[in-house]
Amino acid sequence: MTDCIEKRIELAAPVSRVWRALTDHREFGAWFRVKLDGPFVPGEVSRGHITYPGYEHIQWEAVVRAMEPERLFSFTWHPYAVDPGVDYSSEPPTLVEFRLEPTAGGTLLVLTESGFDAIPAGRRLEAFRMNDGGWTQQMKNIESHVAPKA
Amino acid sequence: MSRQRRSHAAAFAALGHATRLSLVAKLSNGRPHSIAQLTGGFKLSRQAITKHLRVLEGAGIVHGVRAGRQSLFALDPQPIKEIQEYLDLVSRQWDGALARLKAFVED
Repeated sequence: MTDCIEKRIELAAPVSRVWRALTDHREFGAWFRVKLDGPFVPGEVSRGHITYPGYEHIQWEAVVRAMEPERLFSFTWHPYAVDPGVDYSSEPPTLVEFRLEPTAGGTLLVLTESGFDAIPAGRRLEAFRMNDGGWTQQMKNIESHVAPKA
Repeated sequence: MSRQRRSHAAAFAALGHATRLSLVAKLSNGRPHSIAQLTGGFKLSRQAITKHLRVLEGAGIVHGVRAGRQSLFALDPQPIKEIQEYLDLVSRQWDGALARLKAFVED
């Protein structure tokens, strides 16, 4: 348990192919299920709407951060911002990072989403260092407490 | 939905502090603790600890209990359970999206 989501996935495709699937806005839209208004540009807002069945009323909005060819693609957004009646812009966004590494069989993709606790990264690291056992251990303690008693 | 999201943000923010996490860990055995008990082990004043407890209380993570003349604090595990469920939900959404990406690039 942590405030950061991390996923690692091996893809049987070259890094260049994965990079295109991530950063070409039409290709991204095809697998992510979003229709984007235009290409991704670092520093600019990307807008569109979700095409996932049942969620078509939901707007997509993200701010593109890094585009380091075939290495790193990142954006900030509001995860699971599915209530059209709520203005999410006042909430701190999370950071989504896709990192690519070539492997023998293709590409290792590491996805992270961080920032759920809305604390600047520097201070969060400090908190981790100060905290005996760290966040993971604390959450384990809490988990064992909240888990239904048999 | 919107209220729940706000409470997630508040719970994440409240837990994103070393002292408050430690306080939650101390309370996680389920028993109410006095401020004196909670201050033990910290190089912080009772006032400072009380301030952190108020932040946790504001996020619904702890609540005060009166025991005679003593004021105790107890843990409410629900908001922590909710943010775990929320992270699980976001996590499952990524599993779905990455599975679609895999099929897309390997096709």
